[in-house]
Amino acid sequence: MEIIGIIDYGSGNIHSATKAFENVAKDLKKEIKILRIHNAADIKPCDRIVLPGVGAFKDCKAGLINIDGLVPTLEKKILDEGAPFLGICVGMQLLADIGFEGETTPGFGWIPGVVDKIPATASLKIPHMGWNNIKFNRAHSIFNGLENKEETIVYFVHSYYFQVKKMEDLLGVCDYGSEITAVIGKDNIIGCQFHPEKSQKIGLKFIKNFINWSP
Amino acid sequence: MLKSRIIPCLDVNKGRVVKGTNFVNLRDAGDPVEVAKIYDEQGADEVCFLDITASHENRDTIYDIVRKTAEVCFMPLTVGGGVSKIEHIRTLLLSGADKVSVNSAAVKDNNFVRYAADKYGSQCIVVAVDAKKNDAQNKWEVYTHGGRINTEIDVLHYVERIVSLGAGELLITSMDKDGTRSGFDNTLIKQITDIVNVPVIASGGVGNLQHLVDGIKLGHADAVLAASIFHFGEYTINEAKQYMKERGINVR
Repeated sequence: MEIIGIIDYGSGNIHSATKAFENVAKDLKKEIKILRIHNAADIKPCDRIVLPGVGAFKDCKAGLINIDGLVPTLEKKILDEGAPFLGICVGMQLLADIGFEGETTPGFGWIPGVVDKIPATASLKIPHMGWNNIKFNRAHSIFNGLENKEETIVYFVHSYYFQVKKMEDLLGVCDYGSEITAVIGKDNIIGCQFHPEKSQKIGLKFIKNFINWSP
Repeated sequence: MLKSRIIPCLDVNKGRVVKGTNFVNLRDAGDPVEVAKIYDEQGADEVCFLDITASHENRDTIYDIVRKTAEVCFMPLTVGGGVSKIEHIRTLLLSGADKVSVNSAAVKDNNFVRYAADKYGSQCIVVAVDAKKNDAQNKWEVYTHGGRINTEIDVLHYVERIVSLGAGELLITSMDKDGTRSGFDNTLIKQITDIVNVPVIASGGVGNLQHLVDGIKLGHADAVLAASIFHFGEYTINEAKQYMKERGINVR
C-alpha cells in the first residue's frame, strides 16, 4: 500500500484537495491511502507528499513553521529521500527562494526563483481568476494523457506568480498579459499554480499522473 | 487566454434549492448537492450557493451542503448568504468553498472586507452588491438584507472603496432586473467594470442565452450568473457555451 500525505496546516483547500485525491485513488489499481499530515511524525510513513495552499505567502509559511519540526522533516523526506512532492498554488510558490507578497518572506528555496505580483496593465484584472489554457514547455510524466493545446484548460486564482530562475524548471505556462508560470518541476518536485482539485476532469488527470509518477 | 465564465447560482433555503423572483416568490428545485453535480457534469465553470435564510437560521446546514458538494464536485464553489463573521468565512473555506461572498456585513463595516482579505487573501473574498436604480437622483443605490434595506449608498462609490480594501471579485445583482427575465442591467455592469480592476460577475435578469452574451459584450462582465434558465432545464450549460462561442465569446 502506498501512502499519500497531504499537509494540513489550516489551508483553505485541504478538504477539496483530500477529496480529489481520494476520488482519483479509488479508481487506481494500486492500493492507496490518503493521510492528512498534522505533525512531523505523520510525514515518516508517507510515500508522496502534497502541499496545498490558499491565502498569503507569509501566512502559509508561518502556518508550516508553527508545526514543530515539520519543515526539517519534510526537507529530509523530499530532498534527501526523494519522495515525490506536489505543491499546489501557494504550496507551489513556497518552493521559491523568496516571496514578495506583503512582507518579504523566505521560501523553501527548493526551486530557484521568486514570487512576485503579476505585472499589471490597464486592462488586466488582478487576481488572475478563472479558467485558462496551459502550454507545456517540455514533455513530462505529469502531462501524460493531456494534450498540449487550447483545450487543456485549468482553474487559476492568484495575484502573485512564480518567476523561475532556470528555464529548465519551467514545465508549463499560461497566457495572462504575459507568460505566467503554471507548472514547475525539478527532480522529484512538482508545483502547479492552478488548482487541480478544482479543474474537473483535467485536474483529476493531473492528480492521477502525480500518483503514478516515478521520478 | 482567460475564459468568460458561466456560473449557475443556487439559492438555498433550509438546505433546498429555490429561486426567488424579485426576492419574494420561492420555487423548490431540489437538493443542492445533486443540482451542483449536474452542473459539474455539464461543464459549469463554477457554482454559487446563496444561503438566503442564513441570517435567521442555524448555519450548520450550509456547511454540511458545502462539504458534501466538495466531495463530489471538483470545480470552484462560491458560497454566500449571511456571512458576517470571520469565523463563517473560515468554516466555509475549510468545508470546501473556494470563495465566500459577503454582502450586508461588508456594507455595515467596510473594514470587515479588509480584515477578511488580509487573513484569507483577496482571491477568496467576493463582495456581493444588490443594486437598484434611483431614477430621481440618476444613481444606483446599495441595498442590504436580501434587498429589504436601502442604504442610499452610491453603488459606484461603494465598489471602488470595497475593492481598494481588498475585495477580490464583485458579484453585482440588479434588483430592478432580477426575476424579470429581460437581461442584465448592462449599463450598471459596464460602469462598474470601467472603474474596478477585479473580476465582475453580472447577475439578475437572465431570461435567454443572448442575455449571457450581452453581459459579456455590453457589460464587459468577466462572468455571468444565472439561475432559473438552468434550474428548470430550459437550457443546459453546454448549450449556453455553444451559443456564446458562436457569437465570438471565449468560453471553455
